[in-house]
Amino acid sequence: MELYVLLIFMIFAAIIAIEIKDLFSSVIAVGAVGFALSLAFLILKSPDLAITQLVVELLCLIILIRATIRKDLPLVIEGRWIFNTISTLVFVAVFLFFAYTALKDLPAFGNPIMNVVKKYLEQGQAKTGAVNLATAVILDFRAYDALGEAALLFTAVIGIMAVLRSFDKDDKSEADDAE
Amino acid sequence: MPNNPLAGMSIIVKSITRIIISMVMVFGIYIVAHGHVSPGGGFAGGVIIALSFVLLMLAFGKGVATSKITKTIASNLESVGALMFLLIALSGFSGGAFFMNILAKGAPFKLFSAGTIPLYNYVLGLKVGVGLFAIYLAFVVLEKAGKRK
Repeated sequence: MELYVLLIFMIFAAIIAIEIKDLFSSVIAVGAVGFALSLAFLILKSPDLAITQLVVELLCLIILIRATIRKDLPLVIEGRWIFNTISTLVFVAVFLFFAYTALKDLPAFGNPIMNVVKKYLEQGQAKTGAVNLATAVILDFRAYDALGEAALLFTAVIGIMAVLRSFDKDDKSEADDAE
Repeated sequence: MPNNPLAGMSIIVKSITRIIISMVMVFGIYIVAHGHVSPGGGFAGGVIIALSFVLLMLAFGKGVATSKITKTIASNLESVGALMFLLIALSGFSGGAFFMNILAKGAPFKLFSAGTIPLYNYVLGLKVGVGLFAIYLAFVVLEKAGKRK
């Protein structure tokens, strides 16, 4: 029940984030979606994901607010709105059709097929020694996942450093030492 | 909201930050170190540590935070974290396979247990913490460079 309230809240916040004119308010609405998602994870009994979602959402909000706060970014609303609306509707229809056909084969919500997970739940603690089974799965059974995640963050930092580097020589030296 | 975010905020924010920042950082380290016994782990704790540096920077201005960790040190530490993660994974070959948990498992519910899993957590925490702080620093430097032109 609480989950459906949260989901409806998230959908409304997302619509507000798209439709509102003020860029700053839009960022705040995006943050509302993220924090509601964190609460949803908590209701679904996944505190690991709830903590991660909360802190990542905080960092993203700070960066987004810093990026939007002092700039008068132009808001483009006029244009080919007939074409845009029709293409959006067609895309939504196609997406819903394929999602309906694909989701029919999935197990019902809250009743997963426990083929592999059963083994993790039974033997996870004895095999890894970790009490937190989420960490045991992430960093032992499925450690390639964590390796991929580490490589992804590494690539992201390299990319951002490369794109956002300062071209000015003296600006760079000024950025490196404490001014 | 001050006119120049790089210059820091008012005396109230600075005083509160002085009290709270050590708690935030210790909480991040706690989340990283107890990743295998309680919810959390390397990624979440690392983001909390990065957030403590971001708080330092927002409250006291750019100079205070970059006197602790410059952008170069942050990106270097990030690379060291990634390499150490790979090194721990490669050390599993001495037990027979990549990512093999070669260390002693220890007693459950203890801080020093679960073999290599806490080591992965520490390394991931270091990597994520300095990596995300480096991203934030890069955005701030970009804003400064754009303002000058």
